[in-house]
Parts: sequence; C-alpha cells; structure tokens
Amino acid sequence: MEFLFASALGVLVTAGVYLLLRARTFPVVLGLALLGYAVNFYIFAMGRLRVGLAPIISEGASAYADPIPQALVLTAIVIGFAMTAFVLVLSLRANFDLGNDHVDGRPPVGEE
Amino acid sequence: MILALIVLLPLVGAAIPVLAARGGRDRAAWTAGILTLTALGLLLSIAGEVLAGNTIRASWPWIPAIGWNASFMLDGLGLLFALLILGIGALIVLYARNYLPNSDDLGRFYAYLLVFMGAMLGVVLSDNMLLLVVFWELTSVSSFLLIGYSSDAREGREGARMALAVTGAGGLALLGGVLVLGHIVGSYELSTILQARDVIQASPLMGVALGLVLLGAFTKSAQVPFHFWLPQAMAAPTPVSAYLHSATMVKAGVFLLARMSPVFAGTDEWLWLVGSVGLATITLAAYWALFKNNLKSLLAYSTISHLGLITLLFGLGTPLAAVAGVFHILNHCAFKAALFMTAGIVDHAAGTRDIRLLGGLRRSMPITAVLATIAGAAMAGVPPLNGFLSKEMLFEEVLQARVAGLPDWLLPAIVVVAVLLSVTYTIRLIRDTFFGVEPESYPRQPHEPLRGLRLPVEVLVVTCIAIGLVPGMLVAPLVFAAATAVTGETLPAYHLALWHGLNIPLLMSLIALAGGAALYGLRSRLVAAHRGVFPVIVAKSLYDAALTRFFTVAAVITRNLENGSLQRYLAWLIGTALVLGVSPFLKLGWGSGGPLFTAIDAPAAVGWLLLVVTAIGTAVFHRRRLIALAMLSTVGLVVTLGFVHFSAPDLALTQISVEVVTIVLILMALHLLPKTTPLESSTARRGRDLLLAGLAGLGVTGITWAILTRPLESIADYYLATSVPGGGGHNVVNVILVDFRGFDTYGEITVLGIAGLGIYALVDGLGVGRLHPERSQLQDEDQHPLILAVVARLMLPFALLVSVFLFLRGHNTPGGGFIAALVTSVALIVQYVAFGVGWTHRRLPRDFHPLIAVGLLIAGLTGIGSWLFGAPFLTSWHGHFRVPLIGDVEFATATLFDLGVYFAVIGAVMLTLSNLAKLGMREALLAKARERAATTTAEIEAARDIAADHFDYGEEV
Amino acid sequence: MNHWIVAPVVLPALAGVAILLGARSSLRKQRMLGALATASLLGIAIFLMSQTYDGTVQVYALGAWPAPFGIVLVLDRLSAMMVLMTALVAFCSQVYAVAGSDARGANYHALFQFQLMGLCGAFLTGDLFNLFVFFEILLIASYALLLHGGGRDRVRAGLHYVIFNLVGSALFLIGVGTIYGITGTLNMADLAVKVGQIPESEAALLMSGALVLLVVFSIKAALLPLCFWLPLTYSSASAPVAALFAIMTKVGIYAIVRVYTMIFGAEAGIAADLTEPWLLPLAMLTLVVGTLGAVAGRRLRSMAAYLVIASVGTMLTAVALGNEASLGAAFYYMAHSTFVLAALFLLVDLIASQRGDAEDRLESARAVRQPALLGGLFLLVAVAIAGLPPLSGFIGKVLVLRSALATPPAVWVYSVILGTSLLTLIAMSRAGSMVFWKVGADREGIAMVAPAKGVRVTAVALLLGLVVAMTVFAGPVVAFTNALATQLLHPSEYIETVMSVAMVPAADSVPHGGGSR
Repeated sequence: MEFLFASALGVLVTAGVYLLLRARTFPVVLGLALLGYAVNFYIFAMGRLRVGLAPIISEGASAYADPIPQALVLTAIVIGFAMTAFVLVLSLRANFDLGNDHVDGRPPVGEE
Repeated sequence: MILALIVLLPLVGAAIPVLAARGGRDRAAWTAGILTLTALGLLLSIAGEVLAGNTIRASWPWIPAIGWNASFMLDGLGLLFALLILGIGALIVLYARNYLPNSDDLGRFYAYLLVFMGAMLGVVLSDNMLLLVVFWELTSVSSFLLIGYSSDAREGREGARMALAVTGAGGLALLGGVLVLGHIVGSYELSTILQARDVIQASPLMGVALGLVLLGAFTKSAQVPFHFWLPQAMAAPTPVSAYLHSATMVKAGVFLLARMSPVFAGTDEWLWLVGSVGLATITLAAYWALFKNNLKSLLAYSTISHLGLITLLFGLGTPLAAVAGVFHILNHCAFKAALFMTAGIVDHAAGTRDIRLLGGLRRSMPITAVLATIAGAAMAGVPPLNGFLSKEMLFEEVLQARVAGLPDWLLPAIVVVAVLLSVTYTIRLIRDTFFGVEPESYPRQPHEPLRGLRLPVEVLVVTCIAIGLVPGMLVAPLVFAAATAVTGETLPAYHLALWHGLNIPLLMSLIALAGGAALYGLRSRLVAAHRGVFPVIVAKSLYDAALTRFFTVAAVITRNLENGSLQRYLAWLIGTALVLGVSPFLKLGWGSGGPLFTAIDAPAAVGWLLLVVTAIGTAVFHRRRLIALAMLSTVGLVVTLGFVHFSAPDLALTQISVEVVTIVLILMALHLLPKTTPLESSTARRGRDLLLAGLAGLGVTGITWAILTRPLESIADYYLATSVPGGGGHNVVNVILVDFRGFDTYGEITVLGIAGLGIYALVDGLGVGRLHPERSQLQDEDQHPLILAVVARLMLPFALLVSVFLFLRGHNTPGGGFIAALVTSVALIVQYVAFGVGWTHRRLPRDFHPLIAVGLLIAGLTGIGSWLFGAPFLTSWHGHFRVPLIGDVEFATATLFDLGVYFAVIGAVMLTLSNLAKLGMREALLAKARERAATTTAEIEAARDIAADHFDYGEEV
Repeated sequence: MNHWIVAPVVLPALAGVAILLGARSSLRKQRMLGALATASLLGIAIFLMSQTYDGTVQVYALGAWPAPFGIVLVLDRLSAMMVLMTALVAFCSQVYAVAGSDARGANYHALFQFQLMGLCGAFLTGDLFNLFVFFEILLIASYALLLHGGGRDRVRAGLHYVIFNLVGSALFLIGVGTIYGITGTLNMADLAVKVGQIPESEAALLMSGALVLLVVFSIKAALLPLCFWLPLTYSSASAPVAALFAIMTKVGIYAIVRVYTMIFGAEAGIAADLTEPWLLPLAMLTLVVGTLGAVAGRRLRSMAAYLVIASVGTMLTAVALGNEASLGAAFYYMAHSTFVLAALFLLVDLIASQRGDAEDRLESARAVRQPALLGGLFLLVAVAIAGLPPLSGFIGKVLVLRSALATPPAVWVYSVILGTSLLTLIAMSRAGSMVFWKVGADREGIAMVAPAKGVRVTAVALLLGLVVAMTVFAGPVVAFTNALATQLLHPSEYIETVMSVAMVPAADSVPHGGGSR
C-alpha cells in the first residue's frame, strides 16, 4: 500500500511539474492544482496511512489516525484554494491587459 | 577637544556659506574665510606645544565593540599638513571669490570646499586608522563634487567620475590594509600601531597589509601607473586644482607614506615598491610634461613628478631623506599653488590656457609675469629659492643611498635627468607664456588681474623667497618636528641652509639647469622624435575603453541571467530543489525503509489506477483545456476518496466542497480564456521539462516511501488525550483547528479574506465596478433549464439547513465552520448557474467585503475575549448549560471562533465568484455590443464603459 | 503572560478589519485609521524591543496550550529587532503613500495592514507550520499590494511573482511535512531538541526536508539562482510598496538564520551546519550578480532592485561565515540596507516624477525641478548604498570584512566585497551624474513640473534619518546586534524557556476542561 501511495504521489508531482513548465497560464494553473493535491496528500501521509481509524474520540475505539497532519492539510487546502482563486483571476486580468495568456505576458516569439 | 573642533568646524560649518550665499557672494566668501581662519587660529594656539616635541591626543568612544574610536592626534607631521591645509585653504577662499564668475552659486562651492577641508584635516589628525579611512574616502567624495562643480562640461563630469573611481578604489584597498593591520596589532589606534613595528614586520600578513596600504597611497598621490586621473581632474575650476591637486588631496598619499614609514620603512618590500614607483613617476611624469600644451595639464604632470620625488625620498627611508621629503612637501605646496593660480589668472586675462596661443604677456601683465617667473624658478630649483634647497637635499640623499643590486651611480643619474626635464618644462611654461613673441590677437585683451586674485599668489611667492633665504629661521622647527614624527626616532644633526659649499649636489644642480636650458632649445626636434616613437596613447583612453567594455559585459551577463522567461526561472527553482533535496542522500546513503505497514486492498488499487490515468491525462490533454479540466476534477475526486479511505472524513468533506467551488471557478475563468493552448515548446524543451518533472516525481516517491515505511513517534497522543477534556470536542481534527492550533486557522481565514480583497481589486481595476447587474438583462435572456431552476430553488434552504447542521456538530463529528461555509457557497453558486448572474445578483448583497470583515472580526474578538480572563489570545472555554426544552447543551467559545470562520469563508468565496461573474458579463456585453448596434441605453453605456476600460488600465494618471 | 507579544499580529489584523468595515467609503478615514494603526504598531515594537534588551526570552502560548502542542510566539532580540524594523519601514512607507499612491485602487490600507500582520507573525512565531501560515498571509497581501493600481507592467510582473511563490509555498509544505514525518513535531524549540538526537538512519530524510526549506527561504531572500523574480517585481511595484518590500527579502534571511542556527545549527548532531556547503558560495555569487545588474541597470528602479539582491548577498555572506561577529554584522547591515533601500525606492519615484518622459531612465534629460533637494538626498543615499563613509553602509561593510578576517575564505570574501563596493561606487556615480549633471536646460518644461509633496520628502528624510542615527549611535546599535548574535548562537535559553511553558497559570481562571475537568 505504501508503495502504491508513494508512486501515485510521484505521478501527481510529475504531471504537475510538467504543466508548471508550460508557457500559458491555464496549464500552469492546472499544474499548480495537481501539485496542490500532491502536497496535501504528502503532508497527510506524514501521519502514516491508517484505515478505519478516524481521529474522532469514541468509546471502544482502540487507536486513532494521527490528527495533526489532517489539521495541517485542512489549513493547506484552504490556503491552496485561496491562492488558486487569486492566480486564476490574475491570469484573467493578464489576458485582458496584455491581450494574451502567455506567462511572460507576451505573444510567443518563435520557440519558447 | 580643540583637535576635534578643528576638524568639525569646517565639516559642520559647511552649511553656513550656503545660507549666507542668499545674502550675496561676498557673505558666502566671508563666512567660509572666517571659518577657515578660526580653525587656523585654533591650530596655532596649540602649535607651540607640538613644536616643543609633544603630541596632543584626544579620544571619544564611537564603536567600542571593535575598537573604532573618534580619536585624534596632533604631532609634527599632522601640524605641518594641517597648517598647509588651512593656510592655503584661506588663500583659496579669497582667490575663488574673485575667480569664479558671478553667475556661479558660490555658497554651494564653499560648502564643498569646507567639507573637503574638514575631511583633509580629519585624515591628517586621526589617531584611529579606521577613522582615517573614513576621512580619506570623504576627501574622494568631496573632491568628486568639487571637480564636477562645473558639471555642464563633459570633461568635468568624466574627470570627476574617474577621480572618484580611482581614488575610491585606492580607499577600499586602504580599508583592507587597515583591517589587516588592526588584525595583526589588535588595535586600530595609530599610536599603538606605530609602536608595533616589530610585531607587524614579523607577521606573515605584513606583505598584504603593506601592499594594500600602498595601493591607497599611490592612487591618491597619482603615482604611476595610477597617475592618469589627475590630468583629467584638471577640468575642475582652477581654485580647486590649486587646492586639491597641488597642495592638499594629492599630498594625502605621501602623507600616508610618511605616517606609515615608522612601521614599514627599512623593509626591502618598502624600499623596492615605494622607491621604484617614486623613481618611475618622477621621470615619466616629467617627460610627459614636456609635451603638454595646456598650462594646467603641464602643471598637473609636473605635480605628479614632484609627488614621485617625495615618494622616492620616503622610500629611501633614511632620516635625512625624511627631512628632505617633508621639506619638499612644504616647498612644493608654495610654488605649485602659486603657479596654478597664475595659470588661472592668465586664463582669465587672455581667455586661453593653450601655451601655443600664449606669449609675451609680460607686456600686458608685468607683475604677474614676475610672480610667475619666481615661482617657476623655485620649481626648477634655481637658487636662492626654496625649491633649490629641498632639491639639493634630494641629490645629497640619492648620493648617499646604497641599494643592494644597483650600481651607486644609477639612482643619482636618473634623478638628475628627471630634474633636468623639470627645468625644461618650467622654462617652456614661463617663457612661452610671458616672454617671446606676442600673438597678434588674444580671445580677450590681457590685463593685470584684480587685487584679490593676485594677492594669494604674492603671499605664496614671498614665502618661496623667504624660505629660500632664511629657512632656519622660518620653517626649521616645523620641518624638524614633522621629520621626527616620520622617522619615529631622533634625527641626526643637520641644518637647512642655502649654501652648503661647493659639493656634488651643487654640481648636479648646475648640470640639471644647464642641460634643461639646452634641451629647451632642442624641444621642437624632441617633440617630433617623441611623436615618431610613441603614437599618442593616453592612459585615459585605455581606462575609458576598459570601463565601456565592462559596462557592456555586465549588461550581457544580466540580460542572459534575467531573461524574462518564467519557464526558465521555474526550471531553475525545481532544479535547485532537486539538487539540495537529494544531496543528503548522496552523503549519508539512501537509508533503508522499515517493514511495510498496510496491505494493498482492492479499492486502493482501483483508486491508484484512476488517479494515475487522470493525472497523466491532465498533462497530456492540457492543450485541450476543457478535457484537461475534466481530468483534473476526477483527480480531485479520487483524492477525496483517498481521504475517506485513509480515515480522514474531515479532509474528505473539505476536499470535495473545495473541489466543487474550484472547478466552478476554473470553468468561469475558462469561459474568458482561450479554449486551447497553442503548441509552443520544441520537442527538446518538452523533453527537458519531462525529465525535470520525472526526477521531481521520482524524488517525492522515494522520500514518501522511505518515510511511510518508518514508524512515527509524534506528539499526537497528547491531542487525542486532551481533546475531549481540554478542548471539549470529540472531533480531534476540528479541536486542533479551532483550539490547539486555532492561530493557524485565524491566519488561514485571513489569507482567504485577503485573497478576496485582492481579487476584488484586480477585477475592479478593469473598470467593471461601473457595471450594474440590475441594468443588464441580457444574462437572463438565455434560457435556463426549468428542472434545474426548480431543484436549485428547493436546494437552497435545504443546503442552508445542512450547513447549519455541519457547523454545529463540527466540534464532535466531521464538519465545522469551513465546510459549512463552502456548502452554503455551493448552494449559492447553483443559483448563479440556474438563474443567471443578473437574477442572482439582484437577490444577493451587492458587496461581500463586510461579510469577510465581520467573520475576521468575530474570530479576532473571540481570541481577544480570553484577555478578559487574563488568558492568552484564543484560549477557549466550554461548558454545559441547561436550556429549557432542549436540555443539556455543550457550548465552547471555539464554536464562536468557528462562526467567524464561517462568515469569512462565505464572504471571500462569494466576493470572488461575484467578481468573476462581473468579468463574465463584461465579456458578454462586449460581445453583444460588438455584434449588433447597441439599442438600449444600458448597452450604450456598457459599451462606453468597455471602450473606456480598454484604454484605461486603472493606471496612475 | 505578556499580551503585548501578540499585539503586532492582532493589532494590524483588527485595524485591517476596521478599515474594511468602517472606512471603505472614505479614503481619508482609511488613511487616518491606517496611520494610527501603524504608528501604534511602531510604539509597541519599540516597547517590545526594550523588553529584550537585557536578553530575556519571553514566550506567549496561544490558547494557553503548552509547547510543543500549542502554537507559541517567542520574543527574543532577533524577533524584536525584525518587528521594529518592519514597523519603522512600514511607517515611512505609509507616510509616503498617503500623498496619493494609495488612491489608485481598492483596499490599499486594509491590504497594507494585513501585510504587516503577516510580517510580524512570521518574525514572532515559534512554530514551523505557523511560520508557513504567516508566509502565506504576507505573500497573498504582497501579491495584492504589488498589483495595486494595475497597469501592464505590474500585471506582467505579478504573474511571475505569484506563480513563482506558489511553487515556493508547495515546497514549503513538502519541507515541513518531511520534518514532521521524521521528528513528529512542529515547534521550533522542540525540533531543536529532537533534531539533535536524530538517529543516523533518519538523518538523510530529515536533512533533505530541511534543505528543501532552505530553497523556499532562498526564494524569499532572493538568493541566486532564485532571485530573478525580484527585479521585475520590485521595479514595477508602486514606490511605497517597493519600499515596504525592502523588508520582504529580510523575511527569507530571518527564516534562514532562525532555522539553520537554532534547529540545524552547531548542536544538531549529524544534521549540524546543514547550510555549510551551499550558503557562502551562493551568497557571494548573489552579491556579484546583483552588483553587475545594478551596473547594467538602464533605469534607476531596476538599479535599485538589483541593489536589493546585492545587499542580500552581503548579508547572507556574513550569515554564512557563521561566527558571532559576522552574525552581528549581518544584522547591523540588514537594518542599514532595509532603511536605505526603502529610501532609494521612494526617492527614485520623486526623481522620476520630475524628469518628464525620461522618468527614471538613465539618459540625458531635462533637469529635475528641485536639483538641490533631490540631488542632496540622492547623494546621501548613494553614499550609504555604495558603503562610502561616513554613513552606516561603510560601518556595516567594515563589520562584515572584519568578521571575515580570521576565517578560511577571507581572501574570497575580501575580494568580492571590496570589488563589488567599487563597482557599486562606479554605478552610483554614473547614475548620479547622468541624472543631476548631464541635464538639458528646458526652463519652461521644468517650470511646469510640480515640486515634490512635502509629505513624500518627509518620508525619505525619515528613512535617511534612521540611516544617520545608525551611524551616530553605531556604538549601541552594534552592541545590540552583537548581543543578538550571541543569543542566536547559544539557543539553550530560548529552547528551555519555550519548553518550560506548562499550562499557563492564568488559564486556571478559564479551565480548559470547563466543568468537566
């Protein structure tokens, strides 16, 4: 299981970074989103993987998953959401102001 | 105290002439003059003590931590220089008053002059090497301003910059040298350093220190090969040249040599470095001077040559050489300042400084001619003038000097040649200007200068004669005191006198004089020969070329590094992270994971497959944006399921609701963006990116796996144990969020709020603030499916109910303010989808700013509330109440905090959405306005708005 | 428990809220509220500074939860100094902004306050993840402030700045995650303890995480090769924002110092002196590249931006040398460069506004309306930046060089620092003579320009006043920064103070358990 998880993360990161390195804002945003998933998953996993041990105190529950990473991920998700929204609107503004959606705010000159 | 005052008076007083100048140039001159004379008076009041052989010290702590004090010292050497600086300074003040045109801003000029004067005094009176460097660099800066005073002339600007660059570089070297010296000795106090001769000469760092210090001295005194800045500096107004470039600043270098000679003199490095540089400078500069046609540049080269002479004397390092050096410093000041001033007078009177255009001025300005001739004679070393005396001593010393590895005749021979050359250029200077044939016309009609312009020259010339005739009476004590300070030991018996009887030095003088005269006769041929041998190469042009080249190189490097491509920067970022992240493993090995914990189960396997496929899909289809987005949302879904599977219900709930909102946002954005991405990257580029991405992925996989297969001892147990009793909640994650780490959450909602504000500002900048949903019906015209509408209507109250439920139970079971808020927002979004923006806008609050603010306020106040109980920010409290009918209710202040979260989140999300919606409408309006002629007033206005927006970028007006 | 410690975070936060609630309608009210808030922040900062003078470390346990379980704020010499610097620069920036730059878009003053909240929080927090949160606050606020007023250049710069930093944030989370995954804690003091006892088998992973964090901090600090987002960003931001940003790079440097001297410092066992092989060479390269950029600058603004990078290089060089004297020097230099660079950004704006179409381009143009005033100010700034006597730049340089003398890389440090100083000198003199000397006399054109507003000049003068004060009172200041360095290199007191926070006594009056405990 650990390996499945780790490899899935790897794929997310690979896809994310690749998109990050594209020349247009939209794929970059997608890349950031993918990276966001990966990162959240990563922090979450730092509490190790537990099945069926939700950290909700209840009678008879013997063990719980580590709640801290979960709390951290929640914070991270929210902040990630805020950032995504912002960069999204920024890319719109750039598209309006600069007349193109290139990350360098200019129409491409040949290879880029 | 007096010492500090002498230095501070000009420095602080510099402001006075500026103010006084408002009352006319004379006031400016007077104030400057009075300041100078006061300082001089103060100096004289304590001079006697120094001549009696004492050293006056005064010190105040400045940065005691590193032994950097404001300490001053006045000994013979300092006294000599201080007298020169203030004495000549006073004359210059008078001269400048009459020299500078009425149009000039004299206040500014005198301010610069006084700052420079103060800085020079600081250099010669500092008892702390670091302090000395401070003043040293200050002279560079103030001279930069003085040279650039006539800034409208190109030469002025460039000369100033070059002088600053060269002397500034020297200053930096000196700083390095001083730090090294201080490191060796353990103190920066001069008095201590001068005592530490043996320690320093024993130190392995001695060479470094010496080299750096000498760099400072040589650049300042324009010694070969750093001489080239001085002639350029001649662009300065003549008073400045007379002061800085003959009497004071360029003497700072030789002053430093004199100061340091007790420590270094006698070592071979000193003898060879200082001696050879001095020798080279004397001869070369004197030779170059022959070919200068501009009075001032001729004088400049002669100055360089004489400085070389002084350098040589200190290089020899014998006591009597020191006496000669000190004496010549004095004499050179007198005649060279006089000559510069005469050059200025001639320039004024005849309107040119070009020797080739001058001649026969003795008729129109006889007195000046006489003065100039005497000063010139002093420079050429004609008896009975002061120059003759110091030159005799020079000859005497070079005859005595025995340098291992050199034939004894060599040094005297070279020096004689040098002096011979100096005789030649002096004759040319005087004869071609004042005697010989008068050109038929001058730019101006020459005339005797104003009294005020000539007086300073007269004073100096008289000094030259007086010193020559009765040196013993006039300057012997001063020279003695100074020379003692230089050698740092008691001097052998000597006496300054005109006549030493028939001896070899006298013979050498005669040779030099006769030879010089003869050479002047042959000059025309010499020039021809010179031109033939050396094509005109000027150090300046080399310097300029080097500088220009350097600027271009810098530009190229910068352009290649900061090439404006985000992709490049990001690649750097990823690469750096990879290198640093991997480096420890290269050092410590890859380490081995522990046992695997959990076994693979079917759902996980399926999820894995789905995730991998969609993630890759997002990347592969990224150019067809809608498909990519669909893929992305699937990834999000799988992640959510992942959270469910691995016992994180809160995460799952949050993730899914965030997911919905995010996808909606991106959809709305995509509506306004190109639907496809052009193929721009070359295959190679994509290959590189893929490699980088692959490596990153590999790295993360490796580390994740390595960590997951290790046991973890975390602080988690504490939370699990304390959550119910301490936090009053069973849902540990939520308790952590609103209580244990509530501060994080407080920050997190602030981030969300700020994002909302920022987004609002971004959209507002496009001018859509002027679009009013109410007025634009067009959004509602397009049909919305009835079912959806009905569902949406029904859904709204239900969703609100759900969110209330989620909110209340959040503290004990999955849920909480944030999730509740998102559910509410989603419900509202659905209204947008179902009924169109216009309709929804009309029914929603226009402005969500207050909602954000209220949310943040509630959260903040909840935190502050605990102060009332003397508890820290965000300390929670909870208890049980009996509420009639409902029964026992548990309430935690954390819930209040969560309420803040709820409002802030709704506010931020809705602010964002409504603004995106506005943008959408703007586009729609634009489209409509384009496609058919605007009919309704609303659309006309809107169209105008748009037209405006396209040119008005909300940029500053 | 000293509630003033949390004030630098709470005060701006509430001030921002107040502005949003009470004053969105009138810019005047916003200005008054904002100025009031910043002024009181300054007061608080000075008070906190005075509290640390004797070297005591104070801890503020949020929610009254003991470390390492709750989040703590820690007030020591370092955090106090950073907060004070922030408040000072913020105040001057605001004085400048109220003269009109704040009217060019929405919510300037609210965003400004939130920016301050983020900065102060980042400096005060003693929790690694909380540091991330405050990084995000100050980042998102800085995004908004950078883009404030809009315009093509800003939007273009904004894209780079935002995206680049978003990736940085992702890396931050990875780094923190890794560290938690190995040590199981987030509190810095607790980490310092746990890292010290880390078994060799775990060390590599831990260090990997820590080095990823170094990358993140280096982005903020603008260390080579991660500094190229800066020139465009800083040169396109509006003057007061750019001035405030002078403190931003310092956040990165602060984080580097905090994390890699306390947690991964000398006592960190296997992970000790983690940054050793990387920091010094990169810092010196940064200094060189920054200086070259300044030399190559075609506009005053881009010169200023590159000078920021150069100053970062100097500071991190000193930090990397790692001895007490050099750390002290680093922080003296930090204060100096923050003030003087802020002043430069404001001054350039004043100059540009008086040169007609030439703006801040380094080309011959008409003279400025107030040559004496602006020229004089520029001279002072140039002298300070080029590290010429007598101003604090020279003192800072001397301190750094002096501290390097006994170290192995001395030769390198000396040649780089002295060499770059010369280049800066050349660049500044060139710029100055270009702008103030090589001018055409376009009388009527000059006459048409309005003279600089008094408030704006005051702002510049205030910052230069700070520079002068740092020169005149160099003695006490250096004494403080040295003491600061000592405290940094002997973190035991910090750690003990933090770890010794049990349930706060005051909390008994509000027992966490309420009735149930």
